[in-house]
Amino acid sequence: MSTTPVTPAPKAPKLNRIGLQILDYRGGKTTLCAGCGHNAISERITEAFYEMGIKPERVMKMSGIGCSSKSPAYFMSRSFSFNSVHGRMPSVATGALLANKTMRSLAVSGDGDTASIGMGQFVHLMRRNVPMIYIIEDNGVYGLTKGQFSATADIGSKLKTGVVNDLPAIDICALAIQMGATFVGRSFSGDKKQLSAMLKAALSHQGTVLLDVISPCVTFNDHEGSTKSYKYMQEHEEEVGEVGFVPYFEDIAVEYDHDTTVEVKLHDGSHLRLRKIHEEYDPTDKVLAVKMLGESHDKGEVLTGVFYVNTQKPDFSTLLNMVDEPLATLPEERTRPGREVLDQLMEMHL
Amino acid sequence: MTPTQLEAESQPAAVTAGSGKRVVNDFSIQVATVNGSGSQSANSVLLRSIFRMGVPVSGKNLFPSNIAGLPTWYTIRVNKDGWVARKTEIDLLIAMNPETAREDVLSMKAGGAVIYDEGLKLNELRSDLVFYSVPFDQLTVATGAEAKLRKLIKNMVYVGIAAQLLSIDMQSVEATVRKQFAKKAKAAELNLNAVRVGFDYAKSTLAKQDPLVVEPMTGANATEGKIIIDGNAAAAMGAMFAGVTVVGWYPITPSSSVVENLIDLMKKYRVEKDGKSTFAIVQAEDELAAIGMVLGAGWAGARAMTASSGPGLSLMAEFAGLGYYAELPGVIFDIQRTGPSTGLPTRTSQADLTFIAGLSHGDTKHVILLPGSVKECFDFGMECFEIAERMQTPVFMLSDLDLGMNNWMSEPFEYPEKPIARGKVLSAEELEKAGGFARYKDVDGDGIPYRTLPGTDHPLAAYFTRGSGHNEKALYSERPEDYEKNMLRLARKFETAKTLVPKPILEGTGTEKIGILAYGTSHWAVIESRDQLTRESKIETDYLRVRAYPFTQEVHDFVAKHDRVYIVEQNRDAQMQALLKVDLDPAQVTKLRSVLHFNGLPIDARSVTTIIAEAEGAAK
Repeated sequence: MSTTPVTPAPKAPKLNRIGLQILDYRGGKTTLCAGCGHNAISERITEAFYEMGIKPERVMKMSGIGCSSKSPAYFMSRSFSFNSVHGRMPSVATGALLANKTMRSLAVSGDGDTASIGMGQFVHLMRRNVPMIYIIEDNGVYGLTKGQFSATADIGSKLKTGVVNDLPAIDICALAIQMGATFVGRSFSGDKKQLSAMLKAALSHQGTVLLDVISPCVTFNDHEGSTKSYKYMQEHEEEVGEVGFVPYFEDIAVEYDHDTTVEVKLHDGSHLRLRKIHEEYDPTDKVLAVKMLGESHDKGEVLTGVFYVNTQKPDFSTLLNMVDEPLATLPEERTRPGREVLDQLMEMHL
Repeated sequence: MTPTQLEAESQPAAVTAGSGKRVVNDFSIQVATVNGSGSQSANSVLLRSIFRMGVPVSGKNLFPSNIAGLPTWYTIRVNKDGWVARKTEIDLLIAMNPETAREDVLSMKAGGAVIYDEGLKLNELRSDLVFYSVPFDQLTVATGAEAKLRKLIKNMVYVGIAAQLLSIDMQSVEATVRKQFAKKAKAAELNLNAVRVGFDYAKSTLAKQDPLVVEPMTGANATEGKIIIDGNAAAAMGAMFAGVTVVGWYPITPSSSVVENLIDLMKKYRVEKDGKSTFAIVQAEDELAAIGMVLGAGWAGARAMTASSGPGLSLMAEFAGLGYYAELPGVIFDIQRTGPSTGLPTRTSQADLTFIAGLSHGDTKHVILLPGSVKECFDFGMECFEIAERMQTPVFMLSDLDLGMNNWMSEPFEYPEKPIARGKVLSAEELEKAGGFARYKDVDGDGIPYRTLPGTDHPLAAYFTRGSGHNEKALYSERPEDYEKNMLRLARKFETAKTLVPKPILEGTGTEKIGILAYGTSHWAVIESRDQLTRESKIETDYLRVRAYPFTQEVHDFVAKHDRVYIVEQNRDAQMQALLKVDLDPAQVTKLRSVLHFNGLPIDARSVTTIIAEAEGAAK
């Protein structure tokens, strides 16, 4: 027996459905605080796009201003990214999708960027059902300006300085459902399994997906008295239903109990399987979803899961009845009417 | 009665008034009505009937910020020499509004004529005017129109009266009515009938006592082959022929009709055989979102635009800075109204100039095009998109309410000869060949970098767009040298804009001592004023009409060549002068003088003439 060590053959990197490695989905090095929930969310986003086999070049990463809005720099560098202005990303994202409806759009915002300064544009994005994923990295405080409350901070929650919030929180999920978003859920940056399943399901949906992801701020809002801390989440998270996702390319027929599980077929043929935990749970019932959110909040719970899915409502691109190709790159013969049109117009004004 | 009878009707030669002097094709008509009474069609018929006779006209609507019930005045200027600026004196008043009739009559100069409803008894107010009393209600009933239409039809009756008194050719009136109601034959007949009733009444009952006459014109100033259009409709056409694909907008007076016209045009001419649109027009939740959509679309490669006015532009300031700094193409039409704040929403102004030039916090400079005519609304409406994409920056077109919403004559617009150019956009093939790119690197020395569009299928195509500090590679940077270098490149890029924007136009010999400099709608008052200065005071002037910011060398040369330069503008703070002061050699600045007009009404020639003549010491 020879003692010469055998050089192992270099291990071939693992590839996804379209032949890309996870490295092809990586971004720049994060500059957020160690332990920030946002970093975990970036990881889950990276994995979801990798696993679903979506080419990074087909993705537009949109954001506003704040810690959360910086995070698109830390994943998927091969995607086109637009870090816009505070609270106004929805309009920029809408415009970009109008220009090129063949692109996928992933938006990352924060609770301040959405529920405070950005409320005006946010609700109109939901109302239009613009086909994109809108993630709120929700920590209840402003990080970049050093820890002031945002509009999702719960009444009675306490800042590090001892200041108590005396205004009620805006429930972004209830609002999104009422405003017209067609896929609404809440998750927790620390819940790897649930968040992954929800992100992948989101990628299969055609319409506005609103994911409110509780993402603790380790620097300004992770202390006793905060309702957005890791500890508080561990103690108060209440799943409405277990989220399972079966992608369209994995045709696995699994038997499930129709009494306890709701299955939703998504636009790309993937399936969302939601196993009921709450007895009343029905993710296709808008009114029920809002009611559940209110009740659970009153009980001091943080309800997570997919609250509402509607695969029937047409998205904004469909409503506008645009041509199939991106408007941005239509050739001149399709965007500049002919000479005879101008002649006709001039004749009308003679 | 048939329309052919109308044609056959011969018209009396104008009876000359007391003085025996006839005033041919040189007067103003003012129709005083109530907002919402539907007088627009009638006024348009009056305007276009005269225009159809070959006589130059302009139509200006002075209207309140109100839906219905407040006073509105429509003024038609008839002028054989082609002067179409507002003229302050009214020669013929059609007093249809009881509420303002008294004041309207009292403000007229002696010798004018008034057509009025007999019930108003206006003839008792003054003895130095000619009065034509008309039983409007009675005549309206006589038209046989149903009761609910009478309010509208009444307006056509005054068209008939005026046509008869002014000798407007009835064939011309008929053709105009038929064209205006081309798709509604029944409405055309109804309106023609009302015109006829008015005409007949005037013919049988009113004795011509005023000197005003319209006579057909041919020759140099005649209107044959010309069109009548408002600037907003023209700008919308320009945008369509520029190949605009994405529009985000929020309604605001006086810009709404830009997009409303555009919607009509696009639905007609930009929907393909399968019923799908080559455009997306979205009414946004506010102007913030409107420009946000424009910049997002521009970033993704679309030709995108919005149209707004003062308050909307104020809201757009933040995004305008993003567009400048992140280098995003986009087109913004600002149809200026009077500010500050809500101001006078339905009155005109040129007071957004300095604000737009630097719209945003921080060191920001924007390219501005300044159309002076409806034809330029069309041409610049196209050109804006070209410059925005070539420069990768927001481009503003500053029109105003007077240009945008009033009726102007023009030569027909010309079809663009240049193919659409999309600026420095790299394809996947080009990226492969170059081995990548740096988004904000000045490769060509003109300050304009290269960009890629989202979706470009190459691993090196993507970059990170941000309004925060960035280096050449579009990476986040707070390094002082990166910031400074980038800002200096942006300044260089702005210099390049001077080679792309429309150059100013010089009128005059170029050798006079006195210069006049103006832009936008002030042009029409200036050209008439120069004529007045020459005729009345023997003051010869050169005139430079500035058509864009940044200023090109011609502007510097013009000031340098003249002893005094009068800058005519429609704002209080001499905004064009302020911008010039920044750019001009300090030695030249003392030459600048201001002629300002800012009461919300379009500037008139006399106001300009009076100030310049006095400053130049002309004998009164």
